[in-house]
Amino acid sequence: MRFNSLLDSVGRTPLVGLPRLSPSPDVRLWAKLEDHNPTGSVKDRAALYMIAAAEKEGLLRPGVTVLEPTSGNTGISLAMVCRMRGYRLVCVMPENTSIERRQLLTMYGAEIVSSPAAGGSNQAVAVAKQLATENPDWVMLYQYGNPANTQAHYETTGPELLEDLPTLTHFIAGLGTTGTLMGTGRYLREHVPDVRIIAAEPRYGELVYGLRNIDEGFVPELYDSSVLTSRFSVGPREALRRTRQLIEEEGIFAGISTGAILHAAIGEAMKSVKAGTPADIAFIVCDGGWKYLSTGAYAGTLEEAESALEGQLWA
Amino acid sequence: MAIEVRIPTILRTYTGGEKAVSGAGDTLTALLDDLDSRHSGLRGRLITDEGALHRFVNVYVNDEDVRFLGGLDTKLADGDSVTVLPAVAGG
Repeated sequence: MRFNSLLDSVGRTPLVGLPRLSPSPDVRLWAKLEDHNPTGSVKDRAALYMIAAAEKEGLLRPGVTVLEPTSGNTGISLAMVCRMRGYRLVCVMPENTSIERRQLLTMYGAEIVSSPAAGGSNQAVAVAKQLATENPDWVMLYQYGNPANTQAHYETTGPELLEDLPTLTHFIAGLGTTGTLMGTGRYLREHVPDVRIIAAEPRYGELVYGLRNIDEGFVPELYDSSVLTSRFSVGPREALRRTRQLIEEEGIFAGISTGAILHAAIGEAMKSVKAGTPADIAFIVCDGGWKYLSTGAYAGTLEEAESALEGQLWA
Repeated sequence: MAIEVRIPTILRTYTGGEKAVSGAGDTLTALLDDLDSRHSGLRGRLITDEGALHRFVNVYVNDEDVRFLGGLDTKLADGDSVTVLPAVAGG
């Protein structure tokens, strides 16, 4: 495949079958390899759409400062797009995120403002909103409430899935900004009767939930629960176990949040087997494992890996 | 009937610092009433004055979000595991 530039190559990722992890010939698992995007994650889609929408609105001129709260992947995607377009990028990132993410952002020329580990991404959002108030000429794209994030998946991820897998019955993705699930989910609901849209939400260590008050909690503005069939919380042990299983059985080296998604996908597959109904279950591989090697997630026993992840934002 | 309920850090002032407490009830509402009888005030942090689950609180029964089960009427059985977590951002 040939493209005029790297930005033109975002999306159109492979959908691969998982012959060993699929429980039967009638109940099949399919992985959408979003790590094949230019900066290695699903977030390239949203970043490109959010920048394009802001440009269309006339908000961005070369030299302008773009601001975004991010735990990593969105920041890296935006850093690449901003680099290509000549915008300055400031990312607000919780301090308990992996060193690889910081190195990648720095390499792309982004500036990093650290937010406290306690409270995780909620605090990053709060710090970014404060910075936006102090710097009214900066442009905060705000992935949690930007309709272009959802639109990217409605216009690309959803149609790609259905084109490659017309018999799709389930779609499973991680729940962060909710953009992937809302956009892809809405598209699939319009085209596939009774499709099951399942969210897998990472359950972190206690530090990440270390808010001072319940009212500091956060629900992304993009979130619409009516798009979902169900939502599961997946802890680090299951996420790590499935991440390793994906490498060992199918050769896919994915990040830890993908393990959480696979865990929910296998749960759905087992329900279909039990009910005796055929199923084609597609799920998102959000990114590769490269950016998480330093966390210790891929070394030693599951117990060791789990304790290494304690307190880290692994998705 | 015993159901283990995991409590997040910010609500442990109501459980004497305990990370998990045990309760009983055949629905989530009944369970929260039972917990509130021993951990006074806990229920009020999870449920609004209008009787709905607080917007920034997520409750999971066996890891599934109760908003997709039966909400506060979600049926519970002996040995179920309930987890309470504040809603946090990701991405």
